[in-house]
Amino acid sequence: MGDIQGRHLIVSALKNGTVIDHIPSKSLFKVISILKLENIHSQMTFGTNLESKKLGSKAIIKISDKFFEQEEINKIAIIVPEAKLNIIKNYEVVEKMIVTLPETIVGITKCFNPKCITNHEKVTPKFTVVEKSPVSLQCQYCEKITVEEHFNLI
Amino acid sequence: MTAKSLVSISDYKVEDYNRILQLASEFEANSYQNLLHGRVIATLFFEPSTRTRLSFESAINRLRGRVIGFADIGTTSSTKGESLHDSIRMVSGYCDLIVMRHPLEGAARYASEVSSVPIINAGDGANQHPTQTLLDMYSILKTQGTLQNLAITLIGDLKYGRTVHSLIMAMMNYNPRFYFVSPPELTLPNEYKQILTKHNIPFSEHTDMQEVLDISDIIYMTRVQKERFSEPMEYEKTKNLYVLKNSMLANTKENMKILHPLPRVNEISMCVDANPKAYYFEQAKNGVFTRQAIICHLLGIKI
Repeated sequence: MGDIQGRHLIVSALKNGTVIDHIPSKSLFKVISILKLENIHSQMTFGTNLESKKLGSKAIIKISDKFFEQEEINKIAIIVPEAKLNIIKNYEVVEKMIVTLPETIVGITKCFNPKCITNHEKVTPKFTVVEKSPVSLQCQYCEKITVEEHFNLI
Repeated sequence: MTAKSLVSISDYKVEDYNRILQLASEFEANSYQNLLHGRVIATLFFEPSTRTRLSFESAINRLRGRVIGFADIGTTSSTKGESLHDSIRMVSGYCDLIVMRHPLEGAARYASEVSSVPIINAGDGANQHPTQTLLDMYSILKTQGTLQNLAITLIGDLKYGRTVHSLIMAMMNYNPRFYFVSPPELTLPNEYKQILTKHNIPFSEHTDMQEVLDISDIIYMTRVQKERFSEPMEYEKTKNLYVLKNSMLANTKENMKILHPLPRVNEISMCVDANPKAYYFEQAKNGVFTRQAIICHLLGIKI
């Protein structure tokens, strides 16, 4: 329970919005990119390299006045399946959300196969999730499997 | 788009395989019919091919369909930079079905999404070539009388050979025993071995083909290509180990047949050709009947 104080600080700082917690530090910028947070104009705070008993080192994102649809938040599941969301309303956690890996991943990462049609024409890459941990994705076009270390986010 | 296509061997289930093979035998008995009269079929070969294109065109001509298309990308707008998307959208307005070969993997799947008519994948790079697999299955069925419980030996390049991978996936449904013979550099990828293990399909790996020739019902030869080896010396050392000679067939089973997707280079010695167990040219001929079956199946034509 070592991070109670830290969590308290973060939660109390946000009046309404979403806290994304339990992000491994190395994945913070990928999460920002997948959720396209650069297009959101409300207040945001990013913290990284924070102490975490579970992850060793974690990152956290706080976004004011932003509430994600489940489908939207599931997009980060290929990078951070362990992430948790706290929905804050009037300084209180009113709901907790977990990310769930969808069966199909559309337009998040590129296919690693240089001879795949998706890397030559304007085709949105589509994958079927074949393994959940660690995540591996089978391209619905070339049928090759892309593993986590080859993810190349769009 | 809603048109039903044949892009990958996994698009079909056992019932579909059986249906196609049944139709193929009907076409073999009666190959010249009027079934495609008034239909136009496009054969788009963005990458050259001899056997596949000619056997498709023969299949269509024998059923009195008309063929449009190209055998060489040099004569098309692709050289002007036209996208595959635009080519397929346009051609699907000109014909009832598209047969295509393309050097990029996944090209046929993408085409099936943008086309308003069915697509038959006649090869997309190293990925899929489902009509080859179906004609291989038809050849096995025809020579063995069944697809069930056969000892199938695959020899040569098992790592990159798309025909090998698709044949394993399709034949897996018929309780086979597989023998895989290859140089250590070209063994079957783990993902396929894992699938076989998961489905309790027995298999073993060998480097010497003599060990398994005499216990096989089907010998499926493939080409060991020089460019697959990082060390030219390794190629020189192994190339002659994977050449089938007539003298090696003396004690093979009566019912055994030798298949090869062709083209052959030197992996089957010419002296084998006269042996009644050599079946590869018949196999290529079976491609016409199998493709007639696939075309009529996709167009919903009753025979």
